[in-house]
Amino acid sequence: MTTTVQAIALRKGRLRRPEVATQWQLMWWKYKKHHMALVGMTMLAVLVFSAVFAEFLSPVVPSERNNKYLASGPMGIHFFDAEWNFHPRPFVYARTTKRDPVTLRKLSVIDETKFWPIQFFVRGSAYKFWGLIDTDIHLIAAEGGFVHLFGTDNLGRDVFTRTLHATRVSLSVGLVGVAFAFILGAIIGGIAGYFGGMIDNLIMRLIEFIRSVPTLPLWLALSATLPREWTSFQVYLAITFILALIGWTHLARTVRSKLLALREEDFTLAARLSGCTDMRIILRHLLPSFMSYMIVDVTIAFPEILLAETSLSFLGLGLRDPVESWGVLLYAAQNVRSIAHMPWLLIPGLFVVLAVLAFNFVGDGMRDAADPYSK
Amino acid sequence: MIRFVINRFVYMILTLAAVSMVAFVLIQLPPGDFADSYANKRQQAGAPIKVEELDEIRRRLGIDKPWYIQYGKWISNMVLEGDMGYSWEWRRPVSDLIAERLPLTLLLAFSTLILMYGLAIPIGIYSAVRQYSVTDHIFSTVGYVGLAIPNFLLALILMYLGQQWFGQSVGGLFSPEYQDAPWSWPRVVNLAEHLWVPVVVLGTAGTAYLIRTIRASTLDELDKMYVMAARAGGLSPIRLLLKYPVRMALNPIVATLGWRLTYVISGAPIVGVVMSLPDTGPLFLHALLNQDMYLAGGMVLIYCAFTIIGTFISDLLLVLLDPRIRMEGQA
Repeated sequence: MTTTVQAIALRKGRLRRPEVATQWQLMWWKYKKHHMALVGMTMLAVLVFSAVFAEFLSPVVPSERNNKYLASGPMGIHFFDAEWNFHPRPFVYARTTKRDPVTLRKLSVIDETKFWPIQFFVRGSAYKFWGLIDTDIHLIAAEGGFVHLFGTDNLGRDVFTRTLHATRVSLSVGLVGVAFAFILGAIIGGIAGYFGGMIDNLIMRLIEFIRSVPTLPLWLALSATLPREWTSFQVYLAITFILALIGWTHLARTVRSKLLALREEDFTLAARLSGCTDMRIILRHLLPSFMSYMIVDVTIAFPEILLAETSLSFLGLGLRDPVESWGVLLYAAQNVRSIAHMPWLLIPGLFVVLAVLAFNFVGDGMRDAADPYSK
Repeated sequence: MIRFVINRFVYMILTLAAVSMVAFVLIQLPPGDFADSYANKRQQAGAPIKVEELDEIRRRLGIDKPWYIQYGKWISNMVLEGDMGYSWEWRRPVSDLIAERLPLTLLLAFSTLILMYGLAIPIGIYSAVRQYSVTDHIFSTVGYVGLAIPNFLLALILMYLGQQWFGQSVGGLFSPEYQDAPWSWPRVVNLAEHLWVPVVVLGTAGTAYLIRTIRASTLDELDKMYVMAARAGGLSPIRLLLKYPVRMALNPIVATLGWRLTYVISGAPIVGVVMSLPDTGPLFLHALLNQDMYLAGGMVLIYCAFTIIGTFISDLLLVLLDPRIRMEGQA
């Protein structure tokens, strides 16, 4: 009744439209209250940005070897030189190569008298952006020399460049894995919740079983059974699928329990009484109600899959060179001796920690926001 | 209650059976069998193997028979005689190999569990009671980071720091002089000195997770009316806290003990590999990399069996703790 009166008043322009916040707006307001969730979102945005524009942001291409700077540490970008003179244009100190008189190994020495100024938007090694556009423009380069922000590995490959490219692969493994898990969880959980009874019982036992099995040994064992002669792309797909195979259980449980609870709600009954078909009830009334919970579960599943992939690749049972993921990069840092010589090889690990932290922050914020009506 | 226990027991047996199937499928899964990969290896070593010899290996391993006969033989040998098959890679029975290294893995797992619960329960309760205090925030931050660091990375960092600061290798479980020494008191002390690193590595994420759970469940209980009633009745705060909300809050913790055990067992191999502990971890990885599947499958089975038995025990503990479950089915 009132709504009709309001509608007429609105139409005649006598009343201002009442302020109505949509469900998503309510969620966003609630989400915004979590400062860490906002921080997490910013961190994720930066990671995704560097993953998307990895080729452009990196000074070289990942396979490029710098023979003048083998297994050497990160090069700092400076604004002040040794005498504290300010340089408006940032620079790195030049490096010269010497031979160690005893071991005859090539050594890279800092030459503090010479500067290599940093340049932006420079033409360098050619690459195909997203595999589509031929170009050779890189964000930064050092004029007259080279710049390795995170140092180089044994073969003289730029760790910064490889880390950026690995970010792309690692995040995509997480994304594809979560997508697999999402589909599996939604379908299986949906079946359990919709049919109930015997089928539900069987599926719940299966989930309980999977969750009581130690996952990492199982993941390891499964990936060890992959044929050795597979191409790296096949391995990539198989590994993501293996990760999803065990990660879907949380999602399935959420879908099932929400379906079971929502089936009994008044609004479902109302919809049924007004003659909605089952499909319409599921899609129009039930799905939107638990969509937010599924998104929360996906955010929580993401770091798990990320960590699992990193662990697998680190042990040499996951992705392999030439595919680069954070775990593949960390594979080079497997023993204490190489870490003691080249601690910068652990930098990709820092990215793993940051990514997982970011996802956990975002997940926490989302968990609260998923039910915007609770106090 | 007895019905509940029997119920869980039957379920445990069924799960064990299912796990043994999974382990067996894993053994069968790699394309080609052990004989093939052995032949391949001999080929590479420049000493190709004869076909008759290959057949002999196949016959001795029984891999020329259909899978259900193989499974039946494998499982009955294991249950009846404790024989888990033969590791061709090590040229020793699988059960010997595992028995040699399993005690250390178990020691590691249980030390970790004790550390996890010993730290997490008091910290979690404290964080809940003093919500939003500085200490609460510190523990939350540490917890977040602890959850985000992969086990192996933490192990690497600790080993690196250990080498930089103390100049000693923190890998392994014994100092060189105690490596092969018989068991004695100094050797036990030496073991304890080395054990804390892998225990910390394994336990960090779990502790962080437990603190969060305990904090949340205690907070839930603290808001309830009965707490207010008891407080109004004049019960001393500490007694009130320990007698009612904490007891309630411990339920979900005990209920998930099995999962925690699963988690620790799951992380153990990778930590063992990184820190080169003489436990089952390196053995497992080596078996996987060489597709020595009887050993690998046996280890998967052992790992799973421990977590399943652990879940069963945590179910029993829950019965003791929660009268509601004890009463189930009696009304």
